[in-house]
Amino acid sequence: MTDENPYQPWIAKIISIKEEASGERAIKTFRLEFQDEEVKKKFTFLPGQCIMISVFGTGESMFAISSSPTQKDYIEVSVMRYGKLTKALHLKEEGDLVGARGPYGNSFKVDEWKGKNILFLGGGIGQAPLRSVINYCKDNRKDYGKIDIVYGARTSRDLCYKDEFAEMSKKDDLSIHLSIDVEEEGWDQFVGFVPDNLKRLNPSPENTIAITCGPPIMIKFVIQNLLELDFKEDQVYTTLEMRMKCGIGICGRCNIGNLYVCKDGPVFSYDQIKDIQGDM
Amino acid sequence: MEQLTLPKEKLPELLGEIGSKFELIGPKEENGFLAFRKINDPKEVNLDILLSRVPPKSLIFQQTETLFTYAKGKDSKIQTPKIDESVRVIFGIRPCDARGYDIIDPVFMGKKEGDYTDPFYTKKRNRSILIGLSCNEPDTNCFCTSFDDSPANSKHVDILFTDIGGTYFVEIVTEKGEDLIKNLSKIFSKATEKEGTIRKETEKTAIKAISRKMNTEGAVEKLNKMFEHEFWIEAARSCIGCGICTYLCPTCHCFDMQDESTLKLGGRVRVWDSCMYEEYTHHASGHNPRPSRMNRVRNRVYHKFNYFPKNDGIFGCTGCGRCIDYCPVNIDIIEVIDKVKEVNV
Repeated sequence: MTDENPYQPWIAKIISIKEEASGERAIKTFRLEFQDEEVKKKFTFLPGQCIMISVFGTGESMFAISSSPTQKDYIEVSVMRYGKLTKALHLKEEGDLVGARGPYGNSFKVDEWKGKNILFLGGGIGQAPLRSVINYCKDNRKDYGKIDIVYGARTSRDLCYKDEFAEMSKKDDLSIHLSIDVEEEGWDQFVGFVPDNLKRLNPSPENTIAITCGPPIMIKFVIQNLLELDFKEDQVYTTLEMRMKCGIGICGRCNIGNLYVCKDGPVFSYDQIKDIQGDM
Repeated sequence: MEQLTLPKEKLPELLGEIGSKFELIGPKEENGFLAFRKINDPKEVNLDILLSRVPPKSLIFQQTETLFTYAKGKDSKIQTPKIDESVRVIFGIRPCDARGYDIIDPVFMGKKEGDYTDPFYTKKRNRSILIGLSCNEPDTNCFCTSFDDSPANSKHVDILFTDIGGTYFVEIVTEKGEDLIKNLSKIFSKATEKEGTIRKETEKTAIKAISRKMNTEGAVEKLNKMFEHEFWIEAARSCIGCGICTYLCPTCHCFDMQDESTLKLGGRVRVWDSCMYEEYTHHASGHNPRPSRMNRVRNRVYHKFNYFPKNDGIFGCTGCGRCIDYCPVNIDIIEVIDKVKEVNV
């Protein structure tokens, strides 16, 4: 990502690691700090944009930046342990160095949405890009109307950012609606899938933008339910995912139809993608 | 455009001189196939075989290339290898293969503000002077004329040589070509009007010798309407997924990036990849957007005849015929497009 070589990452230090979820689908949030002061100063991004993280010797993968651009001292990525690279990243400790290059892709239109209500609908690790927007809105709270966060995971153990939600619902003017898929002892919030929680909450589409991120099957039913609630297609935003290598629109693999998710995405409004022809 | 001639027997002298001043790459026979290689002795150059098996895209977009090196551990240090920028002459490139560069230039070099530029491709492209060679006797599966191209098109090279019988007709097309000629001894003569006429006749004869035609008219629009058509299952039935059509294609530009390392040192290496492989789009989650041959064959055809036109206003095909020549199960892209046109939607 140097001026001469877009493939060359900068060195970033893992300054802290927070375990968000444990077990088989472990999720950790890595807080990274660029080692080069110049890079640290000039690296800016918008909510929704992505970053390529390298573990030298293993490779690199693209992640949504899960911290908000309002936080300028560091960037965070929340990573579920799943494949080769994420497994290697989960073995890293505080103080270890990784590579990072970006930011890549388009972003959520947080500027255009000033004055509107924002409805977040997240599932599992899909909450990571939403967290960036949520924190952005929280830090610019007066610019936005009502903010609702609907978030669910398989079990309470799989829910990310639990303590942050607890803090937010106390201090900031945000409504948080958590859910888990199956009943658990001691769980006093909604039990069921995110699309059902959405139906139960029955939000008004008036002056509202809905953003959804999560497993494809969840996105499908969330969008279906939003449309039933009279949300217009251009009021609904989501992100698309594909395997990536270069991240800069050259290596060819992340195309859905003639669009490259790495540079034309990852953020799309539903009216942009509803008729898209491509393998997803 | 300056028009010169060079007696054929003087070609070794010319190549010798170029080789003494610059790096010289040319077509050379290797294991029964033609390949673009560094030329040390003009005698090595083979102009009898029409097309190299691997297209000369490999000279600009290398099959493997180290993008940067690193030291692992607490003092990670990353370095980009130095990219050679000295002048290099590529002799004997065919017009269609040179056009291949024109097609993928915007992919690697960017076309609008904000696009990234690949320095490895760009620097190799800029350091290369192309001396093209017209095809007097096109092959069975040549169809460059389907793309408004010609076997003697000078547009894609810096200098074009056309064999007009005993003599090469030499056209200096670009400033780069002019500069090169200025640097060489005066072994060229000014072309006469008659020689110019012979050159035009030679081109006409060559065009007539091309028997295959791809019917691209309306293909983009037709493909828009048939993504979900069962035709693709049929079109992919015989494909064995070997990927040769993509590796040997002058416009295929997909690559993978892999780390190669010891415990302490390593590098990230770019290697050609192919959308014909299952793993190419395989997500870590196990989900694969293109799980079957049908999806992958369809993607290849769409990329060349629908996505390239939509994104760059040009078909991603030069008509070189390699994918037809080398396909082990005789999938013929011209026939595929013909059948696309016949499908009822």
